[in-house]
Amino acid sequence: MAISINGTEVHLPDDPRISLLDLLREGLHLTGTKVGCNQGACGACTVLLDGERVLSCLTLAVQADGRSVTTIEGLGEREALHPMQQAFIDHDGFQCGYCTPGQICAAVAMLRELRAGVPSYVTADLAGPGAVTAEEIRERMSGNLCRCGAHNGIVEAILQVAKEQAA
Amino acid sequence: MTPFSYTRASSPEDAIALAALDGHRLLGGGTNLVDLMRKGVEHPAALVDVTGLSSDIRETAQGGLLIGAAVRNSALAAHPLVRTRYPLLSRAILAGASAQIRNMATVAGNILQRSRCAYFNDAAGSRCNKRAPGSGCDARGGFNRYHAIIGGSPSCISAHPSDMAVALAALDAVVHLAGPQGGRSVPLLDFYLLPGDMPQIETVMAPGEIITAIELPPLPVAARSAYRKVRDRASYAFALVSVAACASVQDGVLTDVRLAFGGIAPKPWRALRAEQALLGGPVSAEAVAAAIDLDLQGAEPLPGNAFKLELARRTAFAVLADLTGETA
Repeated sequence: MAISINGTEVHLPDDPRISLLDLLREGLHLTGTKVGCNQGACGACTVLLDGERVLSCLTLAVQADGRSVTTIEGLGEREALHPMQQAFIDHDGFQCGYCTPGQICAAVAMLRELRAGVPSYVTADLAGPGAVTAEEIRERMSGNLCRCGAHNGIVEAILQVAKEQAA
Repeated sequence: MTPFSYTRASSPEDAIALAALDGHRLLGGGTNLVDLMRKGVEHPAALVDVTGLSSDIRETAQGGLLIGAAVRNSALAAHPLVRTRYPLLSRAILAGASAQIRNMATVAGNILQRSRCAYFNDAAGSRCNKRAPGSGCDARGGFNRYHAIIGGSPSCISAHPSDMAVALAALDAVVHLAGPQGGRSVPLLDFYLLPGDMPQIETVMAPGEIITAIELPPLPVAARSAYRKVRDRASYAFALVSVAACASVQDGVLTDVRLAFGGIAPKPWRALRAEQALLGGPVSAEAVAAAIDLDLQGAEPLPGNAFKLELARRTAFAVLADLTGETA
């Protein structure tokens, strides 16, 4: 019974009530992942599970047995930021910063979904590939709330990374 | 949360045996159940994780689709055959929740998700006949903007929250069940029960039964289909009214039409009478409104949600007009 968290094998807690979020923060002191609503409404606790974005507050740690988790701490380092982290800085994609780790984890996975041709509710032609537009990004990022209202900067940051990746 | 044990079902038979045990609940993505456990609404003694079972999507011999119960919502919405043959289903799933939740949630879990009524979810402070039978209903005299205008009862006016199920209702989807007595198939339209005086009983599933798959029949008209969701913000909100529709038109008249509503009833509300009435006629605001009213007879809107009657008529017309090239 173990999970790989940012590349390190971690034993699962005995109590199945412990959420993945609580394991990260309280068990491993990986406090980059934030507790927002703790009920699946805000996206602050977003992490990557086998590369896909999920909510760690509604994931029991035992459900992640045998799987691989990436948190904001595993995406980049202080001296070598992930391009999405740098883009958030470049475009003022935050104010208080509380929702930012969840926003960045969600954005990284979201661009992978876009590249893989995954549609969204606003994709005009479901049979075709999705376009990288502000409208698409806003819809696809709607699970991450920012009470400071930094959404314009967040969209700009994500558009920049999408452009870099396409180049 | 109250203490519980956690096991992973190794096979459908294993899941059936465990599901029949007292206090045992099946766990899909957990996006609803884990939340309800944390809120003190659900208190299972044991969770049986069924996400390792039946997670494939395949074509049936008849040309439909068989969707495993544990298929993730995001995987179903992105499936090429769903996007081309049943676009309203992709669109409905993508209208629901957020990308994170759709990555976690399973198809069976979506169908079996419980009420989002604020009073059902408030175990500490509110009366709710669904959560605590016989305790009363605080929604009727309270905040009922999101509640049902038809199909409810004096004991419960909760609206079914699923978007996906509205599309499934329009598509005549079939729910495949397996249980201690064997397997059976139930049309989605007969799967949900109206609340009556037992709102805690929500489906026809018997103790120990599990959903193994959802089957879509072949339905050529579904290639021309849409799902429109009207809500209080542009994304990541439950429906006030939603419409799932398929339509084909020839020489200005409807030759085939399917219509189902979300957000207005305790279950997806298929508008069979409207479909009959609209066949062979043009798509006009008047014709659609008159047809819809055949299915909304008996509606009992409350002060907080009376707007839904007109919103349902107008949304249905807008969707049908879009699908058939009329100007909305």
